[in-house]
Amino acid sequence: MNWLADRLRRIGAMTVDGVWRVGFAARFFLMVLVYSGQSFRRLHLTIREIYFSGVQSLLIILVSGLFVGLVLGLQGYETLQRYGSSDALGVLVALSLTRELGPVVAGLLFASRAGSAVTAEIGLMKTTEQLKAMDMMAVNPIARVVAPRFWGGVLSMPLLAAMFSAMGIFGGWLIGVVFIGVDDGAFWSQMQAAVDWRYDILNGVIKSIVFGIAVSLIAVFEGYDCQPTAEGVSRAITRTVVSSALAILALDFVLTSFMFRG
Amino acid sequence: MSPSNSSVPLVSLRDVRFAFGEREVLRGIDLTVHRGQVVAIMGGSGCGKTTLLRLIGGQIHAAAGRVEVEGRDVGALGRNALYELRRRMGMLFQFGALFTDMTVFDNVAFPLREHTELPAGLIRDLVLMKLQAVGLRGAAALMPSELSGGMARRVALARAVALDPMLVLYDEPFAGLDPISLGIVGQLIRRLNDALGASTVMVTHDVHESLHIVDYVYFVSEGRIVAQGTPDEIRASQDPFVHQFVNAEADGPVPFHYPAPPMSSLLTRSVLTRGAR
Repeated sequence: MNWLADRLRRIGAMTVDGVWRVGFAARFFLMVLVYSGQSFRRLHLTIREIYFSGVQSLLIILVSGLFVGLVLGLQGYETLQRYGSSDALGVLVALSLTRELGPVVAGLLFASRAGSAVTAEIGLMKTTEQLKAMDMMAVNPIARVVAPRFWGGVLSMPLLAAMFSAMGIFGGWLIGVVFIGVDDGAFWSQMQAAVDWRYDILNGVIKSIVFGIAVSLIAVFEGYDCQPTAEGVSRAITRTVVSSALAILALDFVLTSFMFRG
Repeated sequence: MSPSNSSVPLVSLRDVRFAFGEREVLRGIDLTVHRGQVVAIMGGSGCGKTTLLRLIGGQIHAAAGRVEVEGRDVGALGRNALYELRRRMGMLFQFGALFTDMTVFDNVAFPLREHTELPAGLIRDLVLMKLQAVGLRGAAALMPSELSGGMARRVALARAVALDPMLVLYDEPFAGLDPISLGIVGQLIRRLNDALGASTVMVTHDVHESLHIVDYVYFVSEGRIVAQGTPDEIRASQDPFVHQFVNAEADGPVPFHYPAPPMSSLLTRSVLTRGAR
């Protein structure tokens, strides 16, 4: 009986704890928004974070985009040519990338490359009392440290997703047109005819903005909320990567179901 | 007008109580710091000294009692008023808490850049003056990771006094320093206090170094002030706690052992087996 009560108590405690954390995260998000004005007034802080989160993620994004495009080209051609419609390869590659793979895969890569780095940095600043020191110097750490990193991520993510898609389309073209011999004109003209600016591209961009907000918020929150120990920071980084991945995939489903119902 | 005449103490704590959850840390502390004074709060590790410092800095709020700085109740201040007060406070954290992504120069310049609109040239001069005062002007271009513990403490000291504060708070300024650095930091604390016309509250367990430089000492044990006085009074004190502390005796009013059942009970079989399970 005791054992059962213990279990129940633990489940209850975990639930209450979870609800508290969600509430705290929501308040934290509001605080970040409230203090964003202060950090935008000093734009160099945000630009610096765009450099760290965005520019320094470029290489991994471009290389991954290329490979995803190459694979899409191979797989797409393999299936399409069975139905004699290999000319539609450009459409398939472009739609897959702009609607889904661009935002989702770029988001996942962004979470593990930039999100984890942001969590680690803020977590270590907390562990070494740098955030407290800043607060004691009457400098709000949310305005000075958190908000620029949040906006750096939010602004970088759509750009990275766009680069990813562009690189992927290039990869698909490289495999399909250059190596396999799909007609160059058909590849591009069918793509141009089938990809709609608002329906496909804009929706993809909206997705990448939403993922950018989710990943950046999770990253700064986990860093700010971590236990100030070495173990606490490592756990926070793990949580950032795992929660970001889950958030991206779940949000992708929700957004897709609203955007592409046909 | 703000009550800035010298009769009002700069910092005063009246019957201050504080608890972390169930654990009572402070049980009715009365403490006064007058302008120009260097005051040490001493006591063993975990006796609530650092909590006192955090109360004065407004990082946490007292459960009961009143914490006043410049006659204003710190616990009742809103964020803006608290920040306004903190601009005139400097705090030195135990391990310096330097910003690891900035050079020594930028660390000291940080409060000046955040809170003043001074031109870059003037900030440069001010920073180099502060670094000169702590003897580290030559280290301005180094990163915090390139500094020794004592040097990092001195840089943090320069940063804490960058805005010429009226009150400087030190959390264990001597912890982990070699004897030379320890003497240097001690002298700096006194000299900077007198040169700035500031007041200093310092939390420490280093008795001998502190008694050289302070004006007044409070001893804290188990959340209460157990003794207080000027350094001479402390040295002459017959109080058993002070005696134990000043002479670094292992046992006395502060027990050597963490509370535990008597050893004899542990040697009986039942307890041993329970422990093994």
